[in-house]
Amino acid sequence: MAHLNARRKRRAVLWIGLILLALAAAACASKAPQDTLKPVGPVARQENNLFTPVFWIAAGVFVLVEGGILYIVTRFRRRSDADQPVQIHGNKRLEILWTILPAALLAGIAIPVVLTIFDVAQKPVGSDVVHINLTAHQWWWQYEYTDFKDPKGQTIQTANELVIPTGRWVYLTMTSADVIHSYWVPKLSGKQDVIPGRITHLKLRSDVPGVFNGQCAEFCALSHANMRLKVIAQSPADFDAWVQNEIRPAAPPTDQIVMQRLQQTCFACHNVGGVPGNGGARVGPDLTHFASRTSFAGSMLEMTPANIALWLKDPPGIKPGVPIDLTGKEKYGTMMPNYHLSNDEIQALVAYLSSLK
Amino acid sequence: MTSAAVTARAGLFRRPTAKTGVWSWLTTVDHKRIGIMYGATAIAFFVIGGVEALFIRLQLARPNGTVLSAHQYNELFTMHGLTMIFLVVMPLGAAFFNYMMPIMIGARDVAFPRLNAFSYWVFLFGGIFLYSSFFMNQAPDGGWFGYAPLSVRLPGHGMTFYSLGLIILGISSTVAAVNFLTTIINMRAPGMSLMRMPVFVWMTFVVQFLLVFALPVLTVALFQMFFDRSLGTNFFSSANGTSDPVLWQHLFWLFGHPEVYVLILPAMGIVSEILPVFSRKPLFGYPVVVFSGIAIGFMGWGVWAHHMFAVGLGPVANTAFALSTMFIAVPTGVKIFNWMATMWGGSLRFTTPMLFAIGFIAMFTIGGLSGVTHALVPSDYQQTDTYYIVAHFHYVLFGGAIFGLFAGLYYWWPKITGKLLNERTGKLHFWLMIVGFNLTFAPFHILGLQGMVRRTYRYPSGYGFDFWNMISTIGAFTIAASMLVFFYNVYKSRKEGQIAGNDPWDARTLEWTITSPPPEHNFDEIPVVHALDDFWHRKYVEDKEGRIVPVPSGAQEAAPGHAAEAHGAGHGDGHRGIHMPSPSYMPLIAAIGMPLVGWGLAFRQWWLAIAGAIIVFGGLYAWAFEPAAEE
Repeated sequence: MAHLNARRKRRAVLWIGLILLALAAAACASKAPQDTLKPVGPVARQENNLFTPVFWIAAGVFVLVEGGILYIVTRFRRRSDADQPVQIHGNKRLEILWTILPAALLAGIAIPVVLTIFDVAQKPVGSDVVHINLTAHQWWWQYEYTDFKDPKGQTIQTANELVIPTGRWVYLTMTSADVIHSYWVPKLSGKQDVIPGRITHLKLRSDVPGVFNGQCAEFCALSHANMRLKVIAQSPADFDAWVQNEIRPAAPPTDQIVMQRLQQTCFACHNVGGVPGNGGARVGPDLTHFASRTSFAGSMLEMTPANIALWLKDPPGIKPGVPIDLTGKEKYGTMMPNYHLSNDEIQALVAYLSSLK
Repeated sequence: MTSAAVTARAGLFRRPTAKTGVWSWLTTVDHKRIGIMYGATAIAFFVIGGVEALFIRLQLARPNGTVLSAHQYNELFTMHGLTMIFLVVMPLGAAFFNYMMPIMIGARDVAFPRLNAFSYWVFLFGGIFLYSSFFMNQAPDGGWFGYAPLSVRLPGHGMTFYSLGLIILGISSTVAAVNFLTTIINMRAPGMSLMRMPVFVWMTFVVQFLLVFALPVLTVALFQMFFDRSLGTNFFSSANGTSDPVLWQHLFWLFGHPEVYVLILPAMGIVSEILPVFSRKPLFGYPVVVFSGIAIGFMGWGVWAHHMFAVGLGPVANTAFALSTMFIAVPTGVKIFNWMATMWGGSLRFTTPMLFAIGFIAMFTIGGLSGVTHALVPSDYQQTDTYYIVAHFHYVLFGGAIFGLFAGLYYWWPKITGKLLNERTGKLHFWLMIVGFNLTFAPFHILGLQGMVRRTYRYPSGYGFDFWNMISTIGAFTIAASMLVFFYNVYKSRKEGQIAGNDPWDARTLEWTITSPPPEHNFDEIPVVHALDDFWHRKYVEDKEGRIVPVPSGAQEAAPGHAAEAHGAGHGDGHRGIHMPSPSYMPLIAAIGMPLVGWGLAFRQWWLAIAGAIIVFGGLYAWAFEPAAEE
């Protein structure tokens, strides 16, 4: 019986081992756009450089302890009820040893940890740093590029997708309009909470062009899972072109139905720069260059005419949300409501929105 | 005032007399019956919390799950966390504190028996209050740590139930903690010095200190949250910029981290009892294990901000909390090595409790190691709020606390019921559970590192999450199957279980010297304690090489007689003259008022709140004037 147990035990530990192997294998998973073990940006790489060696140290301790347990349960299993094991009450030397050894090991680990804490917290300086103000909302991200202004002095405003130049530090200055969120782009950097009434900072950088997925990491109620984002790193030339496009106003719609809807409904929350009647509202995402983005609605939907139509038909049906206003009372207003638009209106709006490159 | 006058004044003041049946349970002040009620209630909540977990796993089994709505999902994960922490692990620990601790220190009851009953009833009604929110479709939905300002602003009554429910449960735990502290300090049998106390009693002792100091912090924060929600105060909600939502996090985790040790230390105590029994060796380095437990209890106060590394407290604060967090791993590691050394060279008998105890060490170690990686602050910026964290705390709270508590359940079951659980079925339970546990939670490590955030009611495909989520869901149902095996075992044991006898495991501590189940007064004669593991030393002596030699059975009988002799001089109570505390209605009555106050405050029905308060204070008043015994 005891022998059988030992075998079962071995089998169980084999399982655990397999699962751990799988963990290592998962690092090589091909399609994992938010994989923290495959960092691209320097901050994420620094963070991963701490994790990797400690993971292997921990794996060593794991093998030591679990292997030790396995050895003990095999070797010292009861063979007879008359077994008379020697009564050992303790061993001071051994106990001091296994107090000091782990403490020393941890002290060793602590050194690079502390250095990296201060390094990661350092503010990037220089004339080529891109400064961006970020405001988190339930459930989307608002960006303001304070370094770039249009002829009227307006800063660039965009949402959810952060376009950055490669090879330059990006310094985010962040706050929240409602509850706590957390800005996270795993391949570029670990998270930083975004807190109402407080300013927090995060630095990002990518030396290669690419699209990096991320999302809100602090629970922020109903559509927390749908509060996604992208960071799009572009070559300096592409980035400059993007900036030039962003500071250009949009062309007003020629369709009267669209104009009416914009002025009567959309402009209450959204801004479309260059269209008459636009009050510069910032409650919802800026739509001036809506179609230049690759996704919308908290980056949960791909930017296609079909998706825009789907969204306009019933926004809360796609992105659940009973939002909360600052007074703490229930208010069904800050999340885009269903305006019960007619099919004609939706078609016209989709056509116009798709033209806002 | 004579007691006769009191009795004459009102029938209500008469003490109840039922010895059997429902009334005997409702009015009992016997620490053993209260312990059983704690245990049974906790197991019932374990099933409820487990079913919630199964729903969560069903929703996440496939990408873009549609089993639950976002709101239902938020309610379920919040209630799952609250249930498992406040209604399962804490009360299961309390069940063993109640039942075993007084016997293990050679006492006949706790210091304040009626207060003990009050703790239980408040716990039960607190749990019922929290769960009543489900029937009103208003379950808490802001996460178990209820971060402000979200928790203040969430519409509906969910987070009001959260704040009031946890306040009620906190009253239960605080009252119990004071009771247990008094019991351990004052009611130990003659000779039971502190350093002769079983490790489980020591860990109970440490836990009560943690509770007494940690719960008030939470209670204050919960009241502030309640005021913010219903009176429009601005403690945590930053609408006007004068308050700070991060304050909530500091207060919550200042409670929350000691709470983690409240959850794990009882299991550590249980394992420290079980390993020596089934290894036939004393605990290796008893003082070191005890002091490690105390050290963990102390250091647990200095690590709270490691839950908040991504808040932006600055590099200095993050460094300080990183270092304290790393060093709390040292006493924890010491314990693991001491447990292994206890087994080393022993004669290991793989009973079900022993398997769970070994499983505890094996699984808790994994949770401890992932815990160390959280202390690598910059790396934690990546890990925090992902499934990697969810993996970590399930390895310590399920692989640790729950495995340890099941070890205790199997170990003490024959003492409590008088009948053994079936070993073969028990082992099946263990193996199903440990396999299911690893299938469920090991993939969380991978999912977290691949970037799956926690508290996400769905996830898109194409992120590498699909496969491991499915595996995890399969694991969750394996755990559920293991629980069915456990209940079958309980059912069979009640029907046809083998009679346990006083000492089925050849154990070491005082609870095994008395009958199973123990008599109401526990000990005919209060034992006199001569050593750590006193009962063991009555059965065995060590020869010159340190090997155990059984004491001849005649000599063994001498020990209790010796105790009686020493004891008789002091108290002179023989078997018949033992005075046990009388049952009482009052703890139950006072506790019933609490949820009424809660419902009244939540729904602004002031009359209900006032009625509840009158019942609470009326119950306490009558309690104070009850006669000492039925006349």
